Amino acid sequence: MHYFIGNLGHFFTVTSFVTALLAAFSYYRATRSQQPDIRQEWTTNGRIIFLIHSLAVLGTILSLFVIIYNHYFEYYYAYTYSDRRLPAHYLFSTFWNGQEGSFLLWIFWHTILGIILIRTNRFWEAPVLTVFAAVQAFLTSMILGVVIPGLELKIGSSPFILLRDAINDPIFTVQPDFIPADGQGLNPLLQNYWMVIHPPVLFLGFASTLVPFSFCLAGLWTRKYRDWIRPALPWAIFSGASLGLGILLGGYWAYETLNFGGYWNWDPVENAVYVPWLVLIASIHTMISFKNSQTALKASIVLVIAVFVLILYSTFLTRSGVLGDASVHSFTDLGLSGQLLIYLFFFLIAGAVLAGVRWKEIPSDEKEASVYSREFWIFIGASVLCLMGFQVLVPTSFPVVNKVAGWFGLNSNLATPADQVAFYSRFQLWFAVALALLSGVGQFFWWKKIDKKQLFKELYYPFLATLVLFILIITLTKIYQPAYLILLLASLFTISANFKILWSVFRNSPSLSGGAIAHIGVGLMLVGILFSSGYSRVVSLNNTGMLISRQLSEEFNRENLLLFVNEPREMFGYEIEYKGERIEPRHKKGYISKRDIEFTSNPYKVIARKDIYYKGRKLFNKGDEFEINPENTFYEIEFRKNGEVKFVQYPRVQVNPQFGNMASPDITRKVSLDLYTHVSAPMTEEAKQDWSEREEIRIKRNALFFANDYVARVEELMRVYNLAGEPLDSSFLAIKARITVEGERENYTAEPVLIFGTQSRGGLLADEIPELGLRFTLMNVHPQTDELTIGVESRQKDWVVIKALEKPWVNILWLGTALLMTGFGIAISRRFREFRLMREKGLE
Amino acid sequence: MKKSHIFLLIVLASAVAILITTSREASTYVTFTEAYQMASQGNTRSIHVVGELKKNEQGEVVGIEPGADKVSFSFIMVDDNGREQTVFYNQPMPQDFMRSEKVVVIGRYKGNIFYAEKILLKCPSKYQENTVNV
Repeated sequence: MHYFIGNLGHFFTVTSFVTALLAAFSYYRATRSQQPDIRQEWTTNGRIIFLIHSLAVLGTILSLFVIIYNHYFEYYYAYTYSDRRLPAHYLFSTFWNGQEGSFLLWIFWHTILGIILIRTNRFWEAPVLTVFAAVQAFLTSMILGVVIPGLELKIGSSPFILLRDAINDPIFTVQPDFIPADGQGLNPLLQNYWMVIHPPVLFLGFASTLVPFSFCLAGLWTRKYRDWIRPALPWAIFSGASLGLGILLGGYWAYETLNFGGYWNWDPVENAVYVPWLVLIASIHTMISFKNSQTALKASIVLVIAVFVLILYSTFLTRSGVLGDASVHSFTDLGLSGQLLIYLFFFLIAGAVLAGVRWKEIPSDEKEASVYSREFWIFIGASVLCLMGFQVLVPTSFPVVNKVAGWFGLNSNLATPADQVAFYSRFQLWFAVALALLSGVGQFFWWKKIDKKQLFKELYYPFLATLVLFILIITLTKIYQPAYLILLLASLFTISANFKILWSVFRNSPSLSGGAIAHIGVGLMLVGILFSSGYSRVVSLNNTGMLISRQLSEEFNRENLLLFVNEPREMFGYEIEYKGERIEPRHKKGYISKRDIEFTSNPYKVIARKDIYYKGRKLFNKGDEFEINPENTFYEIEFRKNGEVKFVQYPRVQVNPQFGNMASPDITRKVSLDLYTHVSAPMTEEAKQDWSEREEIRIKRNALFFANDYVARVEELMRVYNLAGEPLDSSFLAIKARITVEGERENYTAEPVLIFGTQSRGGLLADEIPELGLRFTLMNVHPQTDELTIGVESRQKDWVVIKALEKPWVNILWLGTALLMTGFGIAISRRFREFRLMREKGLE
Repeated sequence: MKKSHIFLLIVLASAVAILITTSREASTYVTFTEAYQMASQGNTRSIHVVGELKKNEQGEVVGIEPGADKVSFSFIMVDDNGREQTVFYNQPMPQDFMRSEKVVVIGRYKGNIFYAEKILLKCPSKYQENTVNV
């Protein structure tokens, strides 16, 4: 039992909580103090305490990581989310698999951001860090795991809890020091490299929304109503980039790993981050508008507060268990609902009260905004973004509405519409159209003060380009739905309009081109989404006229293909052929036929039956022992055109007794489309064991015989000394027959073994050729006549049922994403340079 | 009236419009009895039913029937009013299905069988799980 590390971790957690409170108090005193020397003292105090806090957070993280890395299964966290086989890089996924670890990740980013702010921004340090430290106190309390004596009130859920305290298993009364030999392992869905990087990026996005929020509260608090915007703006843009990237990485993970066939499913967990992101983008726009013309200050304040409150609300939704009936993948309830609610309301009320008290003092522009001013268009754009978020927020909040109605004795049983994707898409599409049009037109007002006549002159070429592209695209792709046509038109318009802006801006000052690039990115993303989702099409159509199974729905029979091994079919203009089941070695890249390896008593270790090649490269020599991951089976499917192999797909099925079966697609990426194939029904063990009655054949060595219509021959008989990688006991005598069978394409070998025992009974080890649906048993040898008896059984050849989808132009979505991120990057560096200039002048 | 007021009114009106349309299109959580009545009145909308898997006295899940080739299955679900119902699901069994403490099925009746289009699971929270792989 390693008690020390857990106690140390818990000590660090408590320290980080206490220091967060102390830092908040010190910085609060520093902000409130009128005398410069006292203010300086409290600021120094706060800074030192915040640094200690950050070190304590780091200590907590390292302690938890030590527990996970060293497989201390006496701890609940390591036991539940990892096992000894997990590759090292997935131990990071283990770290943030549980709620506690993901809280820690979030807390960690806050400490990093806090330290950066302390280092870059002396002027705002005290009030901004007051908010930071207060948030940290709430967050660290979530993982505190302290019970207040007398009240029986538990605060937070500690990641350092021992297994025996978490789980009430009888073994612990018998043997309190019991440590399980292995953990339960990581959910196979999370064993994916995207799950190593998606959570840190997403939580960086979460964490960075705190920066503009803190600046905003600091500005209100110290009555510097206008000044907070400049330092907050680069951070708001940074936040927009990191949160956006985090969301997209999550979508990409879903696309590659889950088999619902898309990257976005409008699940409440996804919506919960999508809504704050939209509002965040709206707030960036109003902040920029303020910086240029002193308008929309009040709107910026409201939006910046709203973003942070929405982040807290989304945390509440996903972590309190309230979504339990509505979401496929919310966290399990840790009993933190109360704490999360207090956290949410504390900052909601703090923000609202502070803004309310100061509202009258906030300067506002009484001048009416002209229809031809950029402020007007930006404001409309921000409103559309907020309404767009509101439309998603309402149905996502139904579970909360039901619960709150329940408290008042009302019976509310609202649920999101059954077909979430269709429901949200129908609304969001029109918001997207509005945004595309606004971002196209708005950019012209942005860069040029123009009137009506000039606007049409400016827009002439973009209009022309839009029309040409539009006509070109619809003749090539045959889009007919009116809604899609309008979205396409609007997206093309924003692309061409922003391209014109980019053209003129880029020549003079490339550093200002962030906005135009980001908007082109958004336009491309919309086009990519329109095609890849709107025109995603099933290509694995069953045209054979034969049902896969009568018991399955008509749709399943129509949209899935049953492939027998080595029997070509037509699909998507290719000749496709299923080649059989493959496994992947753990430490080398490649796919290996299950026929080429011998399984041992250890499911993770196998022995090469022959020299193994993959793509012409030798992976293993005959007799090599190597590790595999037995959970994963890959189904090799070859795609040919005119007899030439174009590509090979390996869709995967994971079989995990803990988590059930999971199919993941294989995606072939081409410039214009992705071909997305997943296994919809693997051959079951029952079907594999459905052998015919054994036919016994007595033949001479080297004589030809028929096995289920295939020509076969016993080539050789030999004595073997090893079985399944183990040397055979000397009391046994084992004989192996090598049987070759002429298949349609190639020859196969089966090697059944007959074992004689001198002291105990021997045995028969059959060997099968799944490609031919044959199993051979060496029943007996007759040395007198040089004959042997072979048992032959047959079954259906190996098969697999697949479903394949065509996702057109998904690459445009990824290209758009890359441009959006580039645009953000350019804008961040520009705004940061502005801020640095002001700081050097001593103004901030 | 100032332009900004008109604008504010438009935004508010859109928000109200969104509220109304979303709640009109919302599905509902109902019991099997209500769902059956809805279906027999010709209402083909998908609804949500919350319940648990049927278990015997030993706490083992009973009534699971695999479909052909194991790619679909049916199970017996007990809703919050205690009514038992056979539910058919045209897909393989979801992860963690047998461990779930609560099941939400989204779908509708066709005849006497409830066809689920989607299944949501609520799995036991960590402190209620009380076995260790020894």
